[in-house]
Amino acid sequence: MRGDGAAIVVTDLTVRYGGVTSLDGMSVTFEPGTCGLIGPNGAGKTTFFNVLSGFVRPVAGAVSAFGEDLLSIVHYRRARWGVRRTFQTEQAIEELSVFDNVAMVHEHSRLNGASRRQDVLSAVSFVGLDVDPATRVKTLAAGQRRLVEVARAVVGRPKLVLLDEPAAGLPDEETEHLGAVIRGIPEQTGGMTILVDHDMSLVSACCATTAVLDFGKLIASGPTAEVLRDERVISAYLGTAEIEVA
Amino acid sequence: MLDVADLSATVRQRWPPRRPGARTLARAAVVAVLLLFVLLGLPQLLSLYYIDAMTQVAVYSMVALGLGVLVGRVGLVSLGQVAVLAIGAWVAARLLFATSMPYPVVLLVAGLITMVAGMLIGLPALRLRGLYLALITLMLAGAITVVLKNVNFPNGGHGFTGYNGSSVHIPPIRRPSVASGDPAYFRYAVVVAALMFLLAAAHIRTRPGRAWAAIRQSEPAALAAGINTTLYKLWAFALASFITGVAGGVLAGAVHYLYSIGFPPQDSITLLAVVLMGGAYSLWGAIIAALLLQLLPALLNNWGVSADWLTILFGIGVLQVLTTAPAGLADQAPKDLARLGRLLLALARRLAPSGGAAK
Repeated sequence: MRGDGAAIVVTDLTVRYGGVTSLDGMSVTFEPGTCGLIGPNGAGKTTFFNVLSGFVRPVAGAVSAFGEDLLSIVHYRRARWGVRRTFQTEQAIEELSVFDNVAMVHEHSRLNGASRRQDVLSAVSFVGLDVDPATRVKTLAAGQRRLVEVARAVVGRPKLVLLDEPAAGLPDEETEHLGAVIRGIPEQTGGMTILVDHDMSLVSACCATTAVLDFGKLIASGPTAEVLRDERVISAYLGTAEIEVA
Repeated sequence: MLDVADLSATVRQRWPPRRPGARTLARAAVVAVLLLFVLLGLPQLLSLYYIDAMTQVAVYSMVALGLGVLVGRVGLVSLGQVAVLAIGAWVAARLLFATSMPYPVVLLVAGLITMVAGMLIGLPALRLRGLYLALITLMLAGAITVVLKNVNFPNGGHGFTGYNGSSVHIPPIRRPSVASGDPAYFRYAVVVAALMFLLAAAHIRTRPGRAWAAIRQSEPAALAAGINTTLYKLWAFALASFITGVAGGVLAGAVHYLYSIGFPPQDSITLLAVVLMGGAYSLWGAIIAALLLQLLPALLNNWGVSADWLTILFGIGVLQVLTTAPAGLADQAPKDLARLGRLLLALARRLAPSGGAAK
């Protein structure tokens, strides 16, 4: 199924929290590879990820992922199906070791247990985490925890990796390293990535195409460089965030 | 970036982490020596009064272990554990009167039946957390207590309830033939408790333990990792209830006679307090909790001090734990002892004549 145009097709997706409409008839397609998803605060980016993860049930709309109706899969089964994600506030499990954090995802997937150690170590080394895998996560620095989370998202063979502001709060050199890791995800896993971030240089460096949300609506989508020059995108960001168009 | 093969080679040595390593061996040795001492030495040293108290400690260490799994591992606060214990005791007593099943089988069946009941109590946990879950479990425990008060504990009568209203000659609940005396029964209780601790440890170190750790920290992260949080929460309630049910079975034989008045719902609150004080994140914490809950009152009674004072002490203890030592005594005591040791060492060096302590 992969490769025949759009991998993820979102149609008329609408999410309401009480009286607030977070996603308002969002329609967009994501190509295989690494796609950016940007927009000002409150535009609905995380809500969209939560819909894909199954944490939020949309009132209307459909999401087709590689030809399957993603919304019909129960939330905890979506990881098994191939949806992985990181969180805006990093959620590496403190009590567990680096190895167990990643192995935990593997053991709840359909993947063969015999290859678990190899797969986990391959994910840990792929993200460039230079620590003993037996180290407890609570002893790690913020940047390393982020990498644990990314390793969790890429272990095995995910189909769709959702990265929610993975570079938030990271110093420049760590962001650069993270960018290299993100660019390697399609090759490492064979899956596709959607990257949400406010760091436009990271998005530019990682994503061939980018979609822009504002007030729950898609306002632009296409090749990243073009999108970032788009008048509507610039005006949506004005006054809310500094935008660097290189 | 690291080479995978290279990393794999390092990890092959360290993962699983230091399995035959000195530290693990030392820990196992300490546990083994301690267990041997408790089984062989302790009954020789203690009077019957304290042996009975220590049997209660063994029983309540299991109850505290069950609650510790829920609170410390999964983050589910239950205030219904004493009612669960009562269910286990009831079922065991009924089976012991009605059948001639061997005692271990009775314990197993009591554990399994209690497990089913405990999972029903745990059902609200699938939707609720924190204060609301605590409240619901407390009210369910209250309901169970009311039922027990009307049904009564079996005392050798007939029918489903096995309650004999006349209660003139009540036969005692039997004990295993190998452990009819108090010291022997104490040993029996310790062995059963040790098995339950092994069962809990086996869970914590494997797949369910990892899933619970994820659920406790972040349910979204657990779901995103593919963990069926509903299943694993129910599993935690099942394990805790099984252990508590087995504890109820041991309790039945220990006391010979059971009365519903012995299981007041408020005891579940005290239980939570001592579990927090002992340390909900550590298996040792459950033993400390049981010592606080059962040995301390026995000591006070022996010294002629009312055990009611303990309510105040436990209140202060919980306050201290919540403000300064969230991992409880099991975590704090070794640190404090180490600090005391260093202090004493420093003092000894200072007091020692020059040169002697230098090297």
